[in-house]
Amino acid sequence: MDKTERRTIYISPVTRIEGHAKISIQLDENGNVEDALFHVNEFRGFEKFCEGRMYTEMPTITPRICGICPTSHTLASVKACEMIQGIQPTYTANLLRRLMHIGQNLSSHALSFFHLSSPDFLLGYDSDPVKRNILGIAEKYPDIAVRGIRLRKFGQELSERITGKKIHIMGIVPGGMAYPLTEENRLALLQWIPEAIETVQKGLDIIKTFHQQNDAMVNSFATSPTLYLGTVGPNGEHELYDGKLRFIDADGTILQDQVDPARYLDFIAERSVSWSYLKYPYYKPFGFDKGFYRVGPLARLNVATKMKTPLAQEEFENFKAMNDGKPVHGTFYFHYTRLIEALSDIEIAEKILNDPEVTSTHIQHHGRWNYTEGIGSSEAPRGTLFHHYKTDETGKLTNVNLLIATGQNNPSMNRSVLEVAKQYVKGNQIEEGMLNRVESTIRCYDPCLSCSTHAIGKMPMVIEVFDAGGNKIKSVERSF
Amino acid sequence: MSLLDIDERILDVAKLADIVKSPIVDGKEFPECDIALVEGSVTSDEHLHEIKLIRKKAKTLIAFGDCAVMTNVTGMRNYFPLKEVFDAAYVNAVSNDTEGQVPNDPALLKLNDKVVPLQEVVTVDFVIPGCPPNADTIFYVLFEFLNDRLPNLSEAKKLKYG
Repeated sequence: MDKTERRTIYISPVTRIEGHAKISIQLDENGNVEDALFHVNEFRGFEKFCEGRMYTEMPTITPRICGICPTSHTLASVKACEMIQGIQPTYTANLLRRLMHIGQNLSSHALSFFHLSSPDFLLGYDSDPVKRNILGIAEKYPDIAVRGIRLRKFGQELSERITGKKIHIMGIVPGGMAYPLTEENRLALLQWIPEAIETVQKGLDIIKTFHQQNDAMVNSFATSPTLYLGTVGPNGEHELYDGKLRFIDADGTILQDQVDPARYLDFIAERSVSWSYLKYPYYKPFGFDKGFYRVGPLARLNVATKMKTPLAQEEFENFKAMNDGKPVHGTFYFHYTRLIEALSDIEIAEKILNDPEVTSTHIQHHGRWNYTEGIGSSEAPRGTLFHHYKTDETGKLTNVNLLIATGQNNPSMNRSVLEVAKQYVKGNQIEEGMLNRVESTIRCYDPCLSCSTHAIGKMPMVIEVFDAGGNKIKSVERSF
Repeated sequence: MSLLDIDERILDVAKLADIVKSPIVDGKEFPECDIALVEGSVTSDEHLHEIKLIRKKAKTLIAFGDCAVMTNVTGMRNYFPLKEVFDAAYVNAVSNDTEGQVPNDPALLKLNDKVVPLQEVVTVDFVIPGCPPNADTIFYVLFEFLNDRLPNLSEAKKLKYG
């Protein structure tokens, strides 16, 4: 390559994440990285095509935004419906929703860690790409692969044993639940607990060993400070299903606390950009340039004051000690925090399954249309999401707004990609292992890209190199 | 991703077949293959290119899931002009600020006016409906194909749309 040319590299698709993405890297005249753009490449249009439908259809339509966090969408949707009706779910319904939401968080985190990321940790970033996947793990570390697969299975079973379906569950309805939990299913789910805890602890061993052996890489990996947003309980405890919003700044100072999610527009705005179908949200009081915030497991643990259960709390204290109680900014620590959440999920699931009310059949309050506006939120595995509906006086939707978890990490993902690209990509050396490192930055966020642009599909893959005049000088096909 | 709901049986599938390209595998170029499971509808120029390429490379093409079979929720935008659908997200959303631009970078795929299912643009050999398809049905179909038998969907217990 001629050293005096400016080049653009496309990495497409970013493999082992859900959905479509491309990265283009702009090199300067000396072959150093000048800029990087993260292109999210899908769009489906839920905001428009839901208009004119009854608001009660939304808990069935919106989980189709994503096959990995359908329960979080259903929950945000059903809470928006409950605000429109002015009712609350029953006690038992809340228990069952929490169980299903935990199940989804667990299966998603298991997928992210064991299926998608552990190949990098156990086989190496530069190992043979053909084997660098869960089947490669199954060959070399069969116990870990089977455990990861089974942990995801437990998560999926939490939904299946309550509603009969693993993905796109139908049983969560305004006012509560459509199905109770049977005693037989309760006992079957309880049996999973010891194995699930053991598996997460093995995962923690893997990530901690990796941290120790790769200290320099882990701590220099996309470490720029950002703000954080997460849901917390009344005492600042970690919360996934139902709580209030907390924003903190890069030093850990609380900017907003106990904010009702219905006020999200007071604090969050977003901007459409030309290079991506995914918008750029920001913390409104600080503006577009200074308002980048992150969501997801790292954000939730950074904003939380404590965990709700003992094993998770113990690990949480180790996490907090890493930066003397201040926020941990290293993007790599998404993996660690994901596992701490998984531990908390299993402990809480055990507690709920032992609640005498969990098999009660008092599972639904019945309501009707009362108000023209509803806003619901929940913590998807990858972060806070909001559903906002307006209706006419017959309950038909007139306006739909969806603010999705991955969208809120989009500005930071873009910046993290730039940081890693600067560290690892040097002009003339476009090596597979380097590209994989750029991709793995995005993978830290476990982005659900189909979710965030409300899109679905498969990924094309091509690396394209452009000179300063925009002429394609090189094209490397990695896929379609 | 519903493919992973077959849980440990994915390892049985791996004994009978090489999984050469999937979101869980770092793939190279789309290879010649015996069976391609394709999910999603055709919504853009890139999808059309991809599905035609897959049709060329795969001996058996299976439309996997309701979006691939009959567009499902993905096709709901067909009732509206594309510009209105686009503007609802990028111009008129209540959380948008006033300084945005409409996405138009050459790196982005170009959306088609209408979303179509796979069989509208290529010959599909087999379908597995469901949103998502039931895990037992997925495994049954795969296992039959991998043993050179044509699956009989009337025997699949949990076959349904939605």
